[in-house]
Amino acid sequence: MKAPLTLRQRENRAGLAYLSPTLIVVLVVVVAPILWTIMLAFQRIRLINLRRAGVFGDYSLANLELVLTSPGFWSSLWTTVVYTVGSTFGSIVLGLIAALALRGRFRGRTLVRASVLLPYVAPVVAVTFVWTILLSPQFGLVNDWGMRFLGWDRPIAFLSQREYALDLLGWHIEIPLALLTVIAFESWRYFPFAFLFLLARLQAVPQELEEAARVDGAAPTQNFRHILLPQLSAVIALLCVLRFIMTFNKFDDVYLLTGGGAGTEVVSVRVYEFLTARFDVGAAAAQALVLAAGLVVLLVIYLRFLAPKVEGES
Amino acid sequence: MRDRATIEARVLGVLRPVVIIVLLVATIFPFLYMLLLSVRPIEQLLQDPGQLWVPPSEWTIGTYQEVLTSVSDGGQGFLRFLANSAIVSLAATALTLLVSIPGAYAVSRLRFTGRRQVHFLFLSVYLFPSILLAIPLFVLFTRLGLRGSLGGLTIVYIAQTVPVSIYMLRNYLSTIPESLEEAAAVDGYSRLQTLRKIILPLAAPAVMANALYVFMIAWNEFLFALLFLVEDRADWTVSLGLAQLSGGIEVSKTVLMAGSVVLTLPIVIIFFAAERLLTEGLTAGAEKA
Repeated sequence: MKAPLTLRQRENRAGLAYLSPTLIVVLVVVVAPILWTIMLAFQRIRLINLRRAGVFGDYSLANLELVLTSPGFWSSLWTTVVYTVGSTFGSIVLGLIAALALRGRFRGRTLVRASVLLPYVAPVVAVTFVWTILLSPQFGLVNDWGMRFLGWDRPIAFLSQREYALDLLGWHIEIPLALLTVIAFESWRYFPFAFLFLLARLQAVPQELEEAARVDGAAPTQNFRHILLPQLSAVIALLCVLRFIMTFNKFDDVYLLTGGGAGTEVVSVRVYEFLTARFDVGAAAAQALVLAAGLVVLLVIYLRFLAPKVEGES
Repeated sequence: MRDRATIEARVLGVLRPVVIIVLLVATIFPFLYMLLLSVRPIEQLLQDPGQLWVPPSEWTIGTYQEVLTSVSDGGQGFLRFLANSAIVSLAATALTLLVSIPGAYAVSRLRFTGRRQVHFLFLSVYLFPSILLAIPLFVLFTRLGLRGSLGGLTIVYIAQTVPVSIYMLRNYLSTIPESLEEAAAVDGYSRLQTLRKIILPLAAPAVMANALYVFMIAWNEFLFALLFLVEDRADWTVSLGLAQLSGGIEVSKTVLMAGSVVLTLPIVIIFFAAERLLTEGLTAGAEKA
């Protein structure tokens, strides 16, 4: 009786020992900072008086109040939601189209599949820089060609114009140009991620299923709707959650493209501004916390009400 | 119904190559344009921004010379940035593997208390915005004097990459039959010996894919580099250097394009060399989702 018990205990100990470096790193560099952020968020701290800040500081709700009532906060939270939903949707739809188009055999398929992944693996600083140059009103290729071939009367400032007046079929609409451009960028950069997962899942769909549907005379769209889509739905739901979380917290892309100007100020960029321009650590922390809380709330809503299928299928 | 099937098949037969070509152009063109701009003389770009192709006789490598020469010699000092990026990325890769290989082995093979809860811990890395981690780390590193040091940045990168690394490795390790380990135990191997002499050689492709993936994350990272290293130009990574210089007007755009190429090229080379390894490692398990 005693021997197997000790064996089990030894395994337990070995497991914890092998995992301990990971645990230490994650606790020190991730979990502790998160807890500390929560403490910072409830203390009035600026970078200058940081030295005397400790666990036993003066706690107050002043930061939260400051943040929630500060001008531009709610609009920036809304911008974050629009940006996240738009980019998540865009990248998954593009990824699905790409996965369906690149599924079958054709010459050079391996190379094409690899090339399509480039936007995802390339450094964000380099790709945002190329996009800003391409879209630049002064020396951008897009504007030059737009004026030359598409008859635009003047260059369009894609990344620095908040609203763009569009006359469409007699309707006068203002579209949030810079925000849409940033969403387009984000969809472009992350559709390969969705593509990878969707393609992997598509290749696991049993061939007999589609074969049978074809024999029964199903059209490709019917095949997609009734055979492929049900098989993909779990992956799509997973991608929605993953992309949503990652985009909601995203900082680099917006910061590098627009600097948060022209109606693209997402919360993470605002946090950065508070931290580096105003040195207001407390308010920055409170804002980051609101961002994380917002994400958790939205995720709970999503998992509770919008994605009931996932649980049933997995 | 037959009709609909034939019509659709015909439409899709035309549409599919079009979609493939559009996808290819959309993904590759920005990179080709980057390459083209980097060898164009700046005056020529300003004169005629719409011109796509420039004959090779007009190409210049002056942009690369300027971007790579050190600041004291009148250049932009990207060689220094490249060295910084390489040091941080290589160190982060080596240390991440050192931490995550035993971790992944424990999670995939050993039964221990809290094994199931570990995933929640990892999830927290991704659920909370990195900007939220950045604030206390910014404060902590300022106090410890680690801010502005490549070592501090490396530690942050390890924490950012260890969870995904463990996830990728665990998937692979669980495909290695346990009987091998039992055989090793019978031969008198200790657990650590088994891991080193049996498991690791078998998992070599996964470890390699993992190393490349971590290297790419560290090489491409921008936010923490910006927060921790921005004050001293000598510490900048390539990403940071490019971002800092591209905002201004002092450095010409074609020179910065050369900088972009220098930043992107290592990643593209690694990626095409190990594309299959990488994509399989990343999506392992997606088939079952």
